[in-house]
Amino acid sequence: MSSVAAATGATSFIPASTRRRFLRRNTWTLAIYGVFLALLLVEKIVHSSLGAFDFENLVIYSLPLAFAAMGQATVVLIGGIDLSIGPMMALVNVVAATWLATASFQQSILYALVIIVGVAALGALTGLVITVSRVPDIIVTLATGFIWSGVALRVLPSPGGGVQSVDFSNLVNGELWGVIPEGALVLAVIILVVWLPFYRSKMGLSVYALGSNRTAAFLSGVNVARTRIAAYALGGAFVAMAGLALTAATSTGDPNSAANYTLNSVASVVLGGVSLAGGRGGLLGPVAAAFVLGLIGIILGFMQVDPNWALVIQGVIVVLVMLFAGVLTLRRQQ
Amino acid sequence: MSTSAPAIEQLPPRLQQLQRRFTDQPLYALTAILVILFVILASVSPGYRSLHSVSSTVQLAAILGIIAAGQTIVLLTAGVDLSVASVASAAAYVMAQNGGHGAVWAVLIGLAIGLVAGLVNGIGVGIFGVQPLIMTLGVGSIVEGMLVVYSQAQSNGAPLVPGPVHQLGTGTLGTYIPLDVLFVWLPISAILILGLKYSGLGRAIIAVGDNPVACRLAGVRTWQVLLATYAISSILSATAGMILGGYENAVDPQLATTYLLLSVAAAVIGGTSVFGGLGGYAGTIFGALILTVLDALLTVMNASQATRLMLYGAIILLLAWIYARLAGGGLGSTG
Repeated sequence: MSSVAAATGATSFIPASTRRRFLRRNTWTLAIYGVFLALLLVEKIVHSSLGAFDFENLVIYSLPLAFAAMGQATVVLIGGIDLSIGPMMALVNVVAATWLATASFQQSILYALVIIVGVAALGALTGLVITVSRVPDIIVTLATGFIWSGVALRVLPSPGGGVQSVDFSNLVNGELWGVIPEGALVLAVIILVVWLPFYRSKMGLSVYALGSNRTAAFLSGVNVARTRIAAYALGGAFVAMAGLALTAATSTGDPNSAANYTLNSVASVVLGGVSLAGGRGGLLGPVAAAFVLGLIGIILGFMQVDPNWALVIQGVIVVLVMLFAGVLTLRRQQ
Repeated sequence: MSTSAPAIEQLPPRLQQLQRRFTDQPLYALTAILVILFVILASVSPGYRSLHSVSSTVQLAAILGIIAAGQTIVLLTAGVDLSVASVASAAAYVMAQNGGHGAVWAVLIGLAIGLVAGLVNGIGVGIFGVQPLIMTLGVGSIVEGMLVVYSQAQSNGAPLVPGPVHQLGTGTLGTYIPLDVLFVWLPISAILILGLKYSGLGRAIIAVGDNPVACRLAGVRTWQVLLATYAISSILSATAGMILGGYENAVDPQLATTYLLLSVAAAVIGGTSVFGGLGGYAGTIFGALILTVLDALLTVMNASQATRLMLYGAIILLLAWIYARLAGGGLGSTG
């Protein structure tokens, strides 16, 4: 979303005030992209080279989290939270690994679409249950998370399955013309074709209105129930893509594969400048944050840091960034 | 139960009366659910038709009850503590690792871990104004990572839970009174239920959750309240983790992982609002008991792990749904 605005904002046709407003509104997102570039430099220093292979590696490693962060962000924007993202990705992972184990490329694409539509429907159902039951999002998704974990274990009790179609897994793992990681292209296409039209539609406006002030949105004629259901459905579609990306990246189905993704998706969303109170932020920030977290993991790997220390360091970084943001907010208030 | 839920839209007068009673006294509904679940359990498994089984159920429920106690007061301030499970596991593991220095010393180390983690959470949330969800999430993953590193660095064999802690986790006074309930859960419950009602800090906790701005304008130092709340929560988690270690008589870095979501579920089933300011610990006690009986029921039914998870999720959702209906949006309506 902000990339489009950035492209137009750079031209001189746009008044300076608009440009300043854009900068003010997107400081955080721009900063996270700055951090990303800085970390690329660090990787170049640590690894002493930074070729197409490294970018491809980064995309494969970060793509599942990037999609998961998009799913979480969509829900957080309306002021909700989805604690069932990890279990849902695990469910998608085991179903996909079972179906794709013997599927051709065309069949794989068809199965993937079926999975995306199915998970979007489950997302819509979650939104419906939250609306009808009036139970808070955090509780409903916590409970559905248990349910998806159980179904995933039922589908595939122990790791197995796979992806037969090389063309399909290349959508995540491959390179176009030996340079451009295909996963990054898929991500860009999804953002342009799915998120951008949604963001610019009336429904997109409703999402931000609902997240900013539910009462005001309701009084202005926003259909609260329909907006919430739409946000959860779109979030579900992104989570399905996250699960599919995970399946393509690992080429295996494992009911315990996605345990960390719920927490990491929340971390990406917050690092990406989306307010957990809703209504503020976009999807490009969380995507960048997901790549930043992935890059930190890769750099620590190159430095041969124990993966458990890497977990600690990632946590410390998240906490420090949040403390820093807190100081900034306090300053602004004074 | 589920058949009555849709009918609530056009309630006959008598049901309206019933609903009002539940709204005023949610503990009635929770007691009913608990009794129904236990009757089902006893009818499915003859082994549960004894006072002894009640005693052992309560003994196990104490662990969840204590973790959920911390979660409850944090929820009351409109926060959430996602570090409870990591802190509980860390306290238990480090305690067992230091068991050789004597039980008192080991337990003190465990409690210190809780205190430090809680203070970090409290400083982030109270002083820097970080959203509780992300702050406790970060601290939780730091604690978890450090625990795994610590456990891999240990070379002197498997950690041993000190005898007195094992005794506390499994022993009973006479035949029926579990030691962990008598010496830990009961005092904590009394302090929390009375303290939230009558003490300055307790009232401030509810007030901060209800309306932080009004609270600050009224002269409450909200950061102190939040700091104390998160510190208490983590100390309670550490306590529960050590009792769990004693109960299992074995520890590992993932000892208490499942208790994270259960602690939130117990508090919410007990009627504490995730939006703060509404609820209390009495309901959480019932929430912990209900979830423990439910777990026993699923064990007795010989359900596979997959079935257990599905039923668990479905029942938590159903209970929260019924509760939200009966309490008439008392959970904090999101519609």
